Amino acid sequence: MNHPLAQLFLARLREFFREKAAIFWTYGFPLILALILGTAFRNRPIEAIKVDVVTTEATQEEAGKLVERWREKDPRLKVELHPEKEALDRLRTAKTALVVFPDPAEAAKYRTVVDENQPGSVLARAAVDTLVLREANPAAAVPTATTMADQSGGRYIDFLMPGLIGMNLMGGGLFGVGFLIVDMRVRKLLKRYLATPMRKSDFMLSIMLSRLLFTITDVAVLLAVAHLPFFGLTVHGNWVALLAFILLGGITFTGIGLLIACRARTLETASGLMNAFMLPQWLVSGVFFDSSNFPAVLQPLIQALPLTAVNNGLRAVINDGAGFGGILVPSAILLAWGGISFLLSLKLFRWL
Amino acid sequence: MSSLAVRVSALVKTYPASPPVEAVRGVDLEVTVGECFGLLGPNGAGKTTTMEILEGLLAPTGGEVEVLGRRWDRDEREIRERIGISLQETRLSDKLNVRETVTLFRSFYRTGLTPDEAIERVSLQEKAKAFVDKLSGGQRQRLAIACALVGDPEMLFLDEPTTGLDPQSRRQLWDVIRDFKARGRTVILTTHYMDEAEKLCDRVGIIDHGKVIALGTPNELILQLGGEHVLDLTVTEPAPLTADDLSRTTAVKSVRAGAGGTFTLTVTDPAQALPAVMELVRAKGAGLVGLSTRHATLEDVFVTLTGHQLRDDS
Ligand SMILES: Nc1ncnc2c1ncn2[C@@H]1O[C@H](COP(=O)(O)OP(=O)(O)OP(=O)(O)O)[C@@H](O)[C@H]1O
Ligand SMILES: [Mg+2]
Repeated sequence: MNHPLAQLFLARLREFFREKAAIFWTYGFPLILALILGTAFRNRPIEAIKVDVVTTEATQEEAGKLVERWREKDPRLKVELHPEKEALDRLRTAKTALVVFPDPAEAAKYRTVVDENQPGSVLARAAVDTLVLREANPAAAVPTATTMADQSGGRYIDFLMPGLIGMNLMGGGLFGVGFLIVDMRVRKLLKRYLATPMRKSDFMLSIMLSRLLFTITDVAVLLAVAHLPFFGLTVHGNWVALLAFILLGGITFTGIGLLIACRARTLETASGLMNAFMLPQWLVSGVFFDSSNFPAVLQPLIQALPLTAVNNGLRAVINDGAGFGGILVPSAILLAWGGISFLLSLKLFRWL
Repeated sequence: MSSLAVRVSALVKTYPASPPVEAVRGVDLEVTVGECFGLLGPNGAGKTTTMEILEGLLAPTGGEVEVLGRRWDRDEREIRERIGISLQETRLSDKLNVRETVTLFRSFYRTGLTPDEAIERVSLQEKAKAFVDKLSGGQRQRLAIACALVGDPEMLFLDEPTTGLDPQSRRQLWDVIRDFKARGRTVILTTHYMDEAEKLCDRVGIIDHGKVIALGTPNELILQLGGEHVLDLTVTEPAPLTADDLSRTTAVKSVRAGAGGTFTLTVTDPAQALPAVMELVRAKGAGLVGLSTRHATLEDVFVTLTGHQLRDDS
């Protein structure tokens, strides 16, 4: 226990667990974020199809019955009655997806106004067409049996959880190592350690190991919560591969955190650098939505980012059922980031 | 085996900046084993820079440094095992308690005191379980010194160990330092306080603008003034007499005119100087506001050598 590495590690644990704010930001906040986002997107509600039926004095009664019939036949429909001008205004401002004029006198019976700028508009017309067809020809209408595709693997929550884990790996490594070291430099604590026979490698290792411990436990908590029936996340791939990959991600980001903290002399510089590094990745690396939404020219760059690699790897194992073989590319990308960061840090690190 | 704890020759440190800062401009020093050596000087004199070069934390621009007969470029680890350091400003981890902090530092050294011994040396036993952020300034400073002592060093480097402490805390620290010295070990410290240097140090070096401008025992330096007594004279303004008038008086070695009609006279024998000065004051028709005698201090040495006060607040 008197080995300097053990003592340094122990000191880190004590400092960390005695700092209430640090505990919250490491364990509490990601969990809350996961709960909020996870709950919000757990099950997408059956898509409401908004349709306005135009009424006049004369057609009011007729239209009222129509609305009731339609609502009953297709629960997705949200039908409202409005006068013509109002209904068209609502269509223009996307408050409704479709305007229907009941014209019992005409051959067509129904006239619809579609707004091509609204993707939902065409869908709404198709739904209404189907209803009208079935009403006109009940015998020919063959009902299809429908079940919802909500198996684990393809839901938004399955997409989101790996993204949140990746985001935590990045945040934990960067903030946890970067801020810690710069703060110690500002306090002249690094200099004080340098003035003892302490081995620099012991110091570095203690920071890395303690950070890994905090991040890994944090990710474990997230994974456990995601596994609760409420979210129902299932790891379809190899658990060992998943844990190894999480470890690799954690190490990589501690390395990048170290690199960022190498020379920064103030916390402001460090946080500026970290934000510059993290913000774009939160956006493009597929945490909340698929990174393939970005233009093709940007893709090589986006795919080379460490957070993209982490997210891709996590999703491959968790959702696509990959094992070690399926995460070779993201692992290689992470190894490159981590290796280069550590090497540069060794060269550039400033104790004073 | 040399009995020199520290040997420094032609030490130069220039910080790269525009224009470059010549913080240390040719310092020669020798400190013998068992000695308590004080580096005195005003803010920005180059004390910390000199100390950190001695401590192997800064590389000198030029010159030679030997600590305990070793050189930093060859025997860094060995020197580190044998010296203890307290920096001018270090904020130790707030969320560790006193014993944990000292235990951590102990783990860095191959041999040393037990953490409790080190804590006892600085009389912090009662605070052993207190978190660092709950300690007073003086207690923190004693903790810093416990961390310096825990490797049982042959030599201590203390950069302004008592700055900002109240008189009682300062005296507590002096006791710690005296205790260390009584074990035959070496101390180099810096301070702004002349009385501290006089009481604590066997020898002092006064440093100003990166150069050692006086070196010796406090007594030697005071004797170099030409007289070890000082006469502080204050007359009403405008003063009808000048420093020149005063310096021609019996037994007066030197005179410094201050603001507000004050004069500081260095005298060999107050019994002779006092009547002569009184006579001059009467003859010139000056109104006497105050007159007192005291022993000369290092402060007087400093002011005489540099022409300015060591501390503006004194
Ligand atoms: N890293 C640095 N870069 C540039 N100049 C510096 C640096 N450190 C110190 N200096 C300058 O070198 C000179 C000597 O500084 P030093 O800290 O050695 O003084 P000091 O005698 O310890 O002062 P104090 O009593 O205020 O602690 C000062 O003019 C200071 O501004
Ligand atoms: Mg200083």
